[in-house]
Parts: sequence; C-alpha cells; structure tokens
Amino acid sequence: MSRSMIIKGGRVVDPGQGIDGTYDVLLDETGIIEVAGGIDAPEDAVEIDASGLIVTPGLIDVHVHLREPGEEHKETIETGAHAAAAGGFTAICAMPNTDPPIDDPATVGFVKAQGERVGATRVYPVGAISVGLEGTQLAEVGEMVQAGAVAITDDGHPVMDSGLMRMALEYSQAFGIPVADHPEDLGLSGEGVMNESLVSTRLGLRGKPNASEDIHIVRDLLLAEFTGGRLHLQHISTTYGVEAIRQAKARGVRVTAEATPHHLLLTDEAVDGFRTDAKMNPPLRSAKDRAAVQEGLADGTLDTIATDHAPHHYDEKEQAFDDAPFGIVGLETSLGLILTHVVGKGIIDLPTMVDRMSRAPAEAFGLPGGSLTPGSVADVTIIDPAVEWTIDRELFCSKSRNQPFDAWELRGRARCTIVGGRIVFERN
Amino acid sequence: MTRTAPSLGKDLVGLERLEPDQISTILDTAEPFKEISERRIKKVPVLRGKTIVNLFFEPSTRTRVSFEFAEKRLSADTVNISSSGSSVVKGETLVDTARNLEAMKIDMVVMRHGSSGAASFLADRIPSSVVNAGDGGHEHPTQALLDMLTIRDTLGRISGIKVCLVGDILHSRVARSNIFGLLKLGAEVAVCGPRTLLPRGVEELGVSVFGRIEDAIEWADVLNVLRLQFERMKAGYVPSLREYNRVWGVSSARLDAAPKDLVILHPGPMNRGVEIDSDVADGPHSVILNQVTNGVAIRMAVLYLLAGGVPEAAEAAKGGGES
Repeated sequence: MSRSMIIKGGRVVDPGQGIDGTYDVLLDETGIIEVAGGIDAPEDAVEIDASGLIVTPGLIDVHVHLREPGEEHKETIETGAHAAAAGGFTAICAMPNTDPPIDDPATVGFVKAQGERVGATRVYPVGAISVGLEGTQLAEVGEMVQAGAVAITDDGHPVMDSGLMRMALEYSQAFGIPVADHPEDLGLSGEGVMNESLVSTRLGLRGKPNASEDIHIVRDLLLAEFTGGRLHLQHISTTYGVEAIRQAKARGVRVTAEATPHHLLLTDEAVDGFRTDAKMNPPLRSAKDRAAVQEGLADGTLDTIATDHAPHHYDEKEQAFDDAPFGIVGLETSLGLILTHVVGKGIIDLPTMVDRMSRAPAEAFGLPGGSLTPGSVADVTIIDPAVEWTIDRELFCSKSRNQPFDAWELRGRARCTIVGGRIVFERN
Repeated sequence: MTRTAPSLGKDLVGLERLEPDQISTILDTAEPFKEISERRIKKVPVLRGKTIVNLFFEPSTRTRVSFEFAEKRLSADTVNISSSGSSVVKGETLVDTARNLEAMKIDMVVMRHGSSGAASFLADRIPSSVVNAGDGGHEHPTQALLDMLTIRDTLGRISGIKVCLVGDILHSRVARSNIFGLLKLGAEVAVCGPRTLLPRGVEELGVSVFGRIEDAIEWADVLNVLRLQFERMKAGYVPSLREYNRVWGVSSARLDAAPKDLVILHPGPMNRGVEIDSDVADGPHSVILNQVTNGVAIRMAVLYLLAGGVPEAAEAAKGGGES
C-alpha cells in the first residue's frame, strides 16, 4: 500500500461535483480517497498545507506540440512534460505533426513510452487522421487506439477532403474517440500569414480571412451531424465560428471546441511591428472576434481552454514575418494569463475556469481525471491565486521561448502539480 | 525661417511612421540635388568616405541603378549584392547577412527584400542606417517620394490634389507608400482596380475606391498607374491581361473623355498595352521620365539626410553650380 497524501485546508474547486469550499483532499497513488472537512489522515501521510491556495482536479491541455520525434531542437517530450507540470498541467495531448508523424501504432507507442519514462505530466498521444498527414488515406486508427492514442487529428493541416473527414468521423466511432480538426479552408487562406484586416492591409502582409475558418467549421459540423461522429474543433478564433458551434450544439451535434489563451486575450494589432511572436495559425483576429471567443468560453460553446503550445527555435522566429513559422508556446503562461485576464476580468468565474481546463477536456478526450471524486486518478493542481509574477521567457522549462506575452505582469500560478499521487512540480 | 527641419532618424523604412514635416523636408532637400545630375562632372563630395551596401534580394534594375547613381554622385563607396550568386541563396539568414556586412564596418544598407517587414527587421538589428528599397507588399518609400516630388513639380503643390492609384493595390508596396505619404501632405487619394486586387479595409486608410476606371479618370487630377504583374493572371486575380486592358487599361480614348487633362505617372517597368497604352505613356501628359530623373535626386536627399546632413546646408554641401 502506497503512502497517502493529504492536502489540507485549501479552497477545493471541483465543478464536476459542484464543490467549491474549504476542504481537505486525501489521496494516494491509486487515486483520490476522499474530499471532506477535517479528514483524519494516516499518521505517515504526506501533508500539504493549502490554506490560502486553490485545489483543483489536475489541469488538462488537449492541444500541445511536443516536436518529438524529429524536431528535438524545438522541444522534447521531456522538456514539454516538465513545462506542462510547471504550468499546472497534469495531462497533455501530443499532436501528431512530428517527423515522422504519429500515424502508426509504433510511433504512438514511442510517444507514450517517452512520456512514461519522463514521469512528469501524463502525455497522451494523438494519432494522425491520414497517413503521413497527407489528407488522402485513413491511418490505422484502430491500431493506434490500441497502442494508446486518445484521439485523431491532422492538426497543422486541415482535412481538406470532405470525403476523408466523413470517413474519419464514421470509422472512429468504433473506438469511442473524437476526431479533432484544424478548421481552415486552404483555398481561402492561401499564402496568408495573418488575419485579413486593416492591419494586414497597412503592413502589406497577406491575409487569412475569417471565412476560411468559418466555412471549414460549418462543413465539419454538417459532417458530424450527418455521421453522428464525435467532432472536436481546434482553436476557434472567429465570431461566426463560435455562433455556428453554438447552433450545432443546440441541435444536438456531438461537438466540442477549444479556445486558446491568445485568442481570448489578443487581437491582430499585436502583429504590428511585424512581431513574429504574434504569428500563429489561426491568426489573432479582430476585437469583435476576441469578444465572441470570450463569450463562447463563458457560455460553454467553447468547452476547453487549450494552448496550442507550438515551440519553435529562436532562429526560426528571428526572420522576416513571411518566413517565420506559425505558433507560440503556452504551457507555462496559460494558467496565469487566464487567472489574471479572464477570471480576473470577470469573463468567467473560477469554477468555470476549472471546468474549461480540467473537467471538460477530460470528458472531450475521454481521459482519466478532471474530477476529485473518490476513485479518480490522483491528479491535482494546487494554485496560488495571489502570487504576483512577471512572464520571463528566459525562465521557461520549455526549450522554446516564442510567445508575445513577455513582461506581462500576472497574478496567480501553479504552486504544486500532483500526478498519480506524486508531486511532479513544486514552486515555493 | 530659422526653425530646424526634423531629422529622419537612423533609417527610412516607410512613410507611414513619418511626420508630414519630415516628408516635406526630404522633398525640399531633393530640389538642390537635382542640379548635380545636370552637370558635366556629376559628383560632389558629400558622402566621401561613406560605405553603402546595396543589398537586393529581389531582382531590380531601375531602383538599384537609381540608388547607385545617387550614391556615386555623392561620392560614397558602394558595393552591390544581389541574391543570385551570393550567400543568400546558400541558406544564410537575413540576420547573418546583416551581421557580416556590419562586421565589415559599413555606414548604410539599401535593401530590397521580398518579405514585408524585412526593412524594419534589419533596421532593428544593425546600427547602420537602413534605407528600404521595397519590402514585400509593405512599403517602397523612395518611390512614393519621387512620385510626390514629380506631382509637386508638375502641379505646383500636393495639398488638395486628387491622386488615383490604378491597378494591383493588394500586392503593391508603391501603392501603400503613396497612400501614406500623399494623405500626410494633404492630397485626396483614391484607388481603382478589380476588387480582387484591392486590399481589405483600404477605405479605412482614408482613400476612396473606384471600381470603374472611367469614374476614376473623371475624378482625378493625377493617375499613378501601377504595373500589373503577369503572375497575377496565373494566380487568378484577373482572367487575362487582354481583359484587364479592356476594362481597366489607361487609354487615350478614356483620357480624352475626361473633363480636364490628367497627369500620368507610372513607377515602371511598364507593360505597354496592359495597364497603360503606349500613346498615353509617350503622350504629352506623361511625366514618367521625370519620375526617373527625380528618383536620383530623392535618393540623394535621403542618403544625405540619413548621413546626418542638414537640409538647410544641402545647397552649400553640394558646392556651387558649374559655370
């Protein structure tokens, strides 16, 4: 029998059970044992004083690029898993656009084993929808699920072939996994490098219009409705996209969707000055779109907050805007940004944040965790809501630094990250 | 007038960030430099001992030659680097190219690059002055300055003049620099072309939009006719060059129907018979070759000012006229 742990006197927020109050949490490596006031812990239990802190089911990020195998100069599963733990995440889902891509059971098994070897945050592989992410032939979905894949996606690339997307939504149903899609009509976004707007016009940069995302979202929703498959739409950034998902949910379509911290907080004005650290796909959009994403997060149209953590080496971002790759890192900034600028500004309350960052992502991807009910995995995040800190890219655990929030002053961050009853990260 | 004209700072990246005063200063400073090119010995020692690198990542003949004349007539030492045959095509990054040049102790870089923002990228990373000779679809400030100087020469002023830019506004750095510069100096600006080649939100920059060239001609005092690149047809922005000429081409028949004579500019190189007909390009209202002449004077003025030259001293700096 493993040694137990008691987290005493914190504000326990577990939206799945409707808990928000001061309690103790007793757990061991096999799972959560009890949440109650004044628990008598075994004498040898490790005691964590959580007074003044917030205790939540472990945070989960379903959209992370770990770059291994193939681009280990940007990130490895080890550095990514430690960055996740430092950001308060107990589980992350690794996107398959590696080199080679995660499109067969062997590569799925490799990523899973690397994650277990590191022993920090749990790493769940996501398999490719198509062989080689080429968008033509369905990958071995069943084999990949057996090897440990929790979902499929061609993320980075949209599935442009509607016939293939239909196939994926139908075929995946046998395995109970969601099909995640990066919604973008490539014919419309063309060679765009930012939002198509007054800003792109001023800067002379090629634009991706909202319509390129909207059309693909609507197509995917129609296919999900038609097939009955489980659809997960990634990084929603447009006003109409949010509205289309809202309407589809009202019709009973099985769809979940993401909002990223950067689409919740920034607009395309952040690109001004040709800042490659504000270059990502989908691009930062207008203030109206940002408000729609916030509203969608608040009313549950957008189920999960996901970072789309996309590490790039500094050389790669140190180029002319057109030549720099898309994407920013987010694992170590997400919680602080959301606490300060989303919860702190009253856009959502704390229990809703925990829902969007823990319960909902666990449900969407069928992962253990997301709750502190007895018997659940012992994955817990302890948050210090009052600590003030400043984002400094030089202090990241991630191998990469690319993000536009440097020097932002935040309030609140993870104090302690517990995975399977073991402390994998602790900050004093 | 004793007021000191505003300095340009270290670089000339674009006109969007310049104050109207700074733009006027460049135009005024170009005036005395025009005369140097008329001399038998076309050389003054204003930039003697300065080293200038012309770094061209995109092919260019006219802009590069114009800069080179300006530099040589001011006695600068110049080196030309173009993308073919240089380490640029061997995979060296822009940052490394810049640092290597810097290590050879240069004073200025004149750069043409295919990516928007490349000029400010370079300017932020090296202590030498950077002159943007065109960055992607962003800005081409010296072209707009020479266009404005030509308009001022021809019509006596810029404020209140109606200028319409015609053609591919979407991809055009010339159009952006003209819009920013002309508006700052009080001109009225319009754009005209197929909607596929007009950028989103262009009206919000403060310009009018004409879908029909006939309406633009009726409105304008000046047409600045932009080159239509053949690749635009391949990419589907216009169905054919022939159709483009029929619908948006500037022809003498269209100009004859206008209520007044228009001044015709073109930044070159021209596609005769596509965006502009030969009888217009070679006609009495074309100032296209004046633009080329003014280009050298404008570039001399920019180099002089960035090198720390004082506008008021330009006349003296170039020495007396030849007798």
